Amino acid sequence: MRAIVVFALFAGTLVSVPAFAQSAEPDVKAGKAVFEKWCKPCHGDGRFRAGTDALRTKYKNEKPAVLEERTDLTAPLVKATVRGGAGLMAPFRKTEITDAELETLAAYLSRTTPR
Amino acid sequence: MKLPPGVSARDFDTAVQRFQSVVGPEWVFTNDEDVHLYRDAYTPFYGEEGEIIPSGGIGPNSVEQVQEIVKIANQYGIPLWPVSTGRNLGYGGAAPRMSGTMVLDMKRMNRVLEVNESLAYAIVEPGVSYFDLYRHLRSINSRLWIDSADPGWGSVMGNALEHGTGNTNHHDHFDSHCGMELVLANGELMRTGMGALPNSPSWATFRYGFGPYISAMFGQANFAIVTKMGMWLMPEPEAARNYLVAVPRKADLVPFIDTLCNLVNRGILNSTWQVASPLLSSQAPEIAELVRNGAPVEELERAGHAANLGYWGTRLRLYGPPEIIEAEWKYIQERLSAAVPGAMFTPGHSYEFPIDPETVEDPPDDLFARASISIPNLNIFSIGGASRSQGHIFFSPIIPMSGRELVKAQEVFGQAFKDLGMHPPNFIGGMAFFKRNLVVLFGLPVSKDPAANQKLRENFRALVKVAAANGWGEYRTATAFMDDIMNVFSFNNHALRRFHETIKDAVDPNGILAPGKSGIWPKRFRESRT
Repeated sequence: MRAIVVFALFAGTLVSVPAFAQSAEPDVKAGKAVFEKWCKPCHGDGRFRAGTDALRTKYKNEKPAVLEERTDLTAPLVKATVRGGAGLMAPFRKTEITDAELETLAAYLSRTTPR
Repeated sequence: MKLPPGVSARDFDTAVQRFQSVVGPEWVFTNDEDVHLYRDAYTPFYGEEGEIIPSGGIGPNSVEQVQEIVKIANQYGIPLWPVSTGRNLGYGGAAPRMSGTMVLDMKRMNRVLEVNESLAYAIVEPGVSYFDLYRHLRSINSRLWIDSADPGWGSVMGNALEHGTGNTNHHDHFDSHCGMELVLANGELMRTGMGALPNSPSWATFRYGFGPYISAMFGQANFAIVTKMGMWLMPEPEAARNYLVAVPRKADLVPFIDTLCNLVNRGILNSTWQVASPLLSSQAPEIAELVRNGAPVEELERAGHAANLGYWGTRLRLYGPPEIIEAEWKYIQERLSAAVPGAMFTPGHSYEFPIDPETVEDPPDDLFARASISIPNLNIFSIGGASRSQGHIFFSPIIPMSGRELVKAQEVFGQAFKDLGMHPPNFIGGMAFFKRNLVVLFGLPVSKDPAANQKLRENFRALVKVAAANGWGEYRTATAFMDDIMNVFSFNNHALRRFHETIKDAVDPNGILAPGKSGIWPKRFRESRT
């Protein structure tokens, strides 16, 4: 009898974990912190910001050069760019930005993008 | 993914499983997508057969894990390439020298282990970046300054080991380090200097310890893995001021440099400076046109005079109590005025401390301003930002801090660029990264086009030879050219390289630590030398 109860609890745990993971939205606030630590030195607003300068050249005035002002960034694009790099920007390794942190960063940068 | 040379797939898989049991499966990276992150983003071999592809990456979180990894690597013959924050862009990134090497990525070891306020030092792990140390010092209300490399994400320890430099009086980072902990190739732990004396309070204060001062042999080397380092820090000064100095004529370069050198040797000038031409950075369209068209010297001198810019210039940074800075500045002006008639002096921005770092703006003419007052940033990349550069490699020969030598370097490299069909750079200047020396730094653009990269590599190798023919060698280089550089340090039939490799074979008999680093190959892979 006891063995069955334990099994039932275990099975319940197995079911509830993915259910929880699916329902949990990535933490946008945590993503902002990741942005500030890893991205803002180049993608912030101000002088000598390589990422902002590069995006200004790329998009002229069609899109904001400052990433946090963009309303068209999607989570897959953010993730692909962080792991793939772009121009001068080298990719970021998982020891720098973990996959979990990257989820939050992608959620933060796509927070104003219409779904 | 590429297997390490001479290692069977079965042994590699077994080693990977054992690495996973040490660091956790999530911190061993062997699938192609993850391995891609360990390629050099600025490789001059992009997409070519010669591009270095690692076999994987391992991210330990402690010294004990590094020791275990090294023991396993010995057992299965897995070569390891240690990186600290793994940036080092322009000098090879996180990528190893030999395909199939596994990157030992110590970024997660990012603890500041000790800060001593009165003795002004910190002891750090490899993954501590300048940003990390800066934030830590602020969080404990320390009044100590860091000296950041240009990119603030660089490793405090790794940059020192690569002989990198910054901007303040502590700009020579290896010269500011004191004491190391190392994991040897057999997995044993060793401490250098006073660290060898158990419980010594002087590990990060007295670097010589007793007997040979061997810490020096672990910089730019592959004899052990450095896992801790002491770093001397600078107490926040009362003020930081900077001044622009310009001289009017091309020929003024010789007395200009020689006087600056004398000021360095006297201990008056202690921070980094670089001599360049203000004409080159002038925003005035008529000057830009003269520069672009390679106008005659007299015309450029006239334009520089008319615009009050001069022909050569530098920015000098002084730190300390205002009254001492003013006395030093007065002395500097006297000495330069006596040496170079018509020398011009302009005070630049100045700071009084303490200061709220949030209020510090980047002045338009000085992208190093914040770094020069201990605030790390990534401004340096803005040099290639707007032009959407794809990256660069540095050709960085070192010459004595002598005006005549710099003039000779201008002639030699100007001619070499022409001979190689490259656009000869206007106004080759010099950077005072190290006392008594100038680095003549060229950032050569890499590309995604194999033909352009092939030409770049040929040109780079030709420049190394031209430099060596004049007695000049590089202070640091991208992994792709390590053999080329070591090859020109050839006195007495490569006695130095042979000595390096004698040490290498003795301390790392299985050749697992960073094969090929700085042109030092273990016996097992020595035929890989290019």
